[in-house]
Amino acid sequence: MIDRTMIDRTVTDRTTTDQAMTDRTSHLELEQHDKTFLDSNELIINMGPQHPATHGVLRVILKLDGEKVLGTECVIGYLHRGVEKIAEHRTYSMFNPYVDRMDYVAAVSNGLGYCEAVEKLLNVEAPPRARYIRVILTELNRLASHMLWLGTHALDIGAITPLFYTFRDREEVLKIFEKYCGARLTTHAFRIGGCLYETYEGFEREVKKFLDFVTPKINEYEELLTTNRIWVERTKGVGKISAKECVALGVTGPVLRASGVKWDLRKAQPYAAYADFDFEIPTGQNGDTYDRYLVRMQEMRQSLRIIDQAVGKIPEGPIIAKVPKVMKPAVGEIYHSIEAPKGELGYFIVSDGSTQPYRVRVRPPSFVNLQALDMMVRGALVADVIAVIGTLDIVLGEVDR
Amino acid sequence: MLDYITSYLKSDTTPGQAGNLLWALIYILLIFLGLSVAVIAMNWLERKILAHMQVRLGPMRVGPHGLLQPIADALKLLIKEDIMPAAADPWVFWMAPILVVITAFTVFIVVPFGPTHAVTDMNIGVLFMLGVSSLSVLGIVMAGWASNSHYPLMGALRSSAQMVSYEIAMGLAVVSAVLMTSLNQTGTGTLSMIGIVQAQQAQHIWFVFKFFPLGLIAFGIFAIAMVAETNRAPFDLPEAESELTAGFHTEYSGFRWSLFFLAEYSAMIAVSSIAVTLWLGGWMRPFPTWLSGETWDLVFSLIPGLTFLLLAAIAFLGVIRMPKHPYFRVQTIGLAGFGAVLGLIGLILLLPPVRDRIQDIFWFSAKVALSMYMYIWYRGTFPRYRFDQLMRVGWKVLLPLGIGVLILTAMAGVWL
Amino acid sequence: MQPVATTFFFYFLAGLTVLSGVLVITRKNPVHSALALIVALLGQAALYLMLYAPFVAGVQIILYAGGIMVLFLFVIMLVNIERSQREEQFNKQWIEGIAAAITLGALFVLVFAKSKSLFPDRAIPMPEGSNTQQVAVLLYGNYMFAFEIASLLLLVAIIGAVVMAKKRI
Repeated sequence: MIDRTMIDRTVTDRTTTDQAMTDRTSHLELEQHDKTFLDSNELIINMGPQHPATHGVLRVILKLDGEKVLGTECVIGYLHRGVEKIAEHRTYSMFNPYVDRMDYVAAVSNGLGYCEAVEKLLNVEAPPRARYIRVILTELNRLASHMLWLGTHALDIGAITPLFYTFRDREEVLKIFEKYCGARLTTHAFRIGGCLYETYEGFEREVKKFLDFVTPKINEYEELLTTNRIWVERTKGVGKISAKECVALGVTGPVLRASGVKWDLRKAQPYAAYADFDFEIPTGQNGDTYDRYLVRMQEMRQSLRIIDQAVGKIPEGPIIAKVPKVMKPAVGEIYHSIEAPKGELGYFIVSDGSTQPYRVRVRPPSFVNLQALDMMVRGALVADVIAVIGTLDIVLGEVDR
Repeated sequence: MLDYITSYLKSDTTPGQAGNLLWALIYILLIFLGLSVAVIAMNWLERKILAHMQVRLGPMRVGPHGLLQPIADALKLLIKEDIMPAAADPWVFWMAPILVVITAFTVFIVVPFGPTHAVTDMNIGVLFMLGVSSLSVLGIVMAGWASNSHYPLMGALRSSAQMVSYEIAMGLAVVSAVLMTSLNQTGTGTLSMIGIVQAQQAQHIWFVFKFFPLGLIAFGIFAIAMVAETNRAPFDLPEAESELTAGFHTEYSGFRWSLFFLAEYSAMIAVSSIAVTLWLGGWMRPFPTWLSGETWDLVFSLIPGLTFLLLAAIAFLGVIRMPKHPYFRVQTIGLAGFGAVLGLIGLILLLPPVRDRIQDIFWFSAKVALSMYMYIWYRGTFPRYRFDQLMRVGWKVLLPLGIGVLILTAMAGVWL
Repeated sequence: MQPVATTFFFYFLAGLTVLSGVLVITRKNPVHSALALIVALLGQAALYLMLYAPFVAGVQIILYAGGIMVLFLFVIMLVNIERSQREEQFNKQWIEGIAAAITLGALFVLVFAKSKSLFPDRAIPMPEGSNTQQVAVLLYGNYMFAFEIASLLLLVAIIGAVVMAKKRI
């Protein structure tokens, strides 16, 4: 015999009470009325934190009118690990591995941004060979991140096959990473001042082989999705955001570029060796999901172009600059940002002259992009919310840190 | 008694028409068994084919190449705990899967595997099939309601709205095909399934090619509507996992869920049977008039046996490629046995007396199997339609198209 | 073809239909009432089959049981049930109900007794051709005008329903 009272008690204890839900969603301007759900038209639905389509532990509270979304609220923090606080108690080089764990999908970019920020603080410059290696690995990393994005985004919209194709090809990139630095995902590839590891025997040959291998695969993904009528209908006009709104919210990355703003930090404020390479910045026109899809596909192709130019032209020389063993940068602060696959990833480091930074503040692109979710899904249907979360390409490790 | 049994064998009709209850029961039993085997095979085939499309292998461990996986799944579902939500309505909760299964299986009374190989031949055969499959919508609505929970109810209502909408398009396409049956010498059409195939036989053309492209468009409308009717991709939003409203069968576990699953595959086979009967010539072999004559008949009659021999060859190829490790000994022997059974069936099908009798059933089943493959292919390739887009396709695209094809077919039938 | 146990099936189906009808009006739960109505309609379809009218039976299943009852169930499930069950039930007037039923029954019996001579003989000649054909000939031949008027009426009803239910046009 089931004890109903015990079940009722535990259920109420664990979930949000009505009052708490009201406090949290009061800004959504709900009317207080008799809570018979099928009677009224307005509904509050909770999506996640455990949900197959929120790409991590994201909780989204939706206020719906039937099927239409009237407002959303994101509840984040389920993956908060206190990374920035930890930074205050580690030396600069000790903090390097922590940085990979933020955007764990594209770990190399995180490392690049942090190392370059600290190098600016120390006033050292990585040697040209290191810069080329950094560019190659970062662009491979961009490719891997976009492939993962494509697979999961297509899966959310219902196309279950591209996931397996993109993961299979992503394996090749991860193999190269593993051969280079020993790790597939959280690579810790760079050090402050350059790279620790020399390129392994056959690195250039393998990267060239990979380029020949992956170009027809990207064409295959496009063939499967770009002109597919159902894909177009699910993504065109969904989640529109204008250029002005993007700039006002601080949204960067492919989301900004798909709205028509041609802003890419690799061209606007060149870092590493990007000034030496010739590549284009793909932009969209409408700022909807379909344009973001096209922009990311083009970015993958441009990454291949950059890698093609870089590999084979890697200059000889040292791979790490002369950096003191005990790093004590001068008192001061620096903000350095790079173009991570998801947007502008910035590091603001305040140094107080000791071996440990006084403050490290990370500007994660996913965190800022997530703010645009509410604006993008107002008036759309519930199924579109999932498509838009996918197209924003958020990684909760970055949002929560 | 013996006369009763043998009198049917001499007659030239279906058991229902001959009034022979014993043989009708035997046919029903055979269809029941065949359908169960088909559903189990579909389960395995779907997982394997979908996996191969997704660059992976699918089930490989349970039995050689995962051949025993469906049996393991069935056992697991049978021994699972039977949960019923505390606030659910027990009568309706219990009735819903039973209704869905009953309607899914009842339609097979009129499915013609051959000119006399049906349980009965109602003269409203197609109407009966459409009607009974529309009763399954009720089972889905009941399932969503009985769970007494918000999400399954919304999912059930959405599923049933989708099914009812696409039934209209299906009906219009069916009417176009039935119109074509009236272009016989006798001048009257028929709704009976066997009569429709015989009309195609008399007019020497499969209806999918008649009045080109009208027959093709009607077939296309039915093919799309039948995928939506059975709630399969790309029209499976109400049951998708990454959406908010979970499907109507959320609260069902264990045996009850397997009944829904069984009914879904049976419904797929049923609507594929309608499509095959109406447009693809039913039990007729390909090219009955272009490639006619004794030799071609012989060639086509060898194909069933050769198909099974090919399958046996593939099984033996798998045996050769099995790893030579003691762990795999049982699997290798199992696969070899399976290949031997397939080969034996193939050899039996090559014997002349069996060859002539098995033709109709084989070609019908082969065409239905092709349709099943298309179902799995759609699932692997297409993204999902959003619900409002789904309804838009059903009402604003397929319905006008269906009416247009109907009018044009009628005009073509009168003037051509 | 020899009919099989016709009398038994007639009484069985008629009893099933009547019993389901009684269940429709006596169940408290509206969904149970709707399901009983579905059983009644299916029984009626089977009775049509017994009258050698398979087309009408098929259409009864498709339209009534498979279409109209689904719509009934939609409405029942979307309307707030608790509020409707809090309202007054009708059972307080059962004396008046029984009196009205007896009167109606007496009226039927009287009409039947007085007009027995007008009923045809037992054996009704079977129509030529199949039931589908007969219905088609009547519907599209003799009663074409009424058919068109009825379809126009249904169109008006559909448009009216859409206009009333849509939030804005």
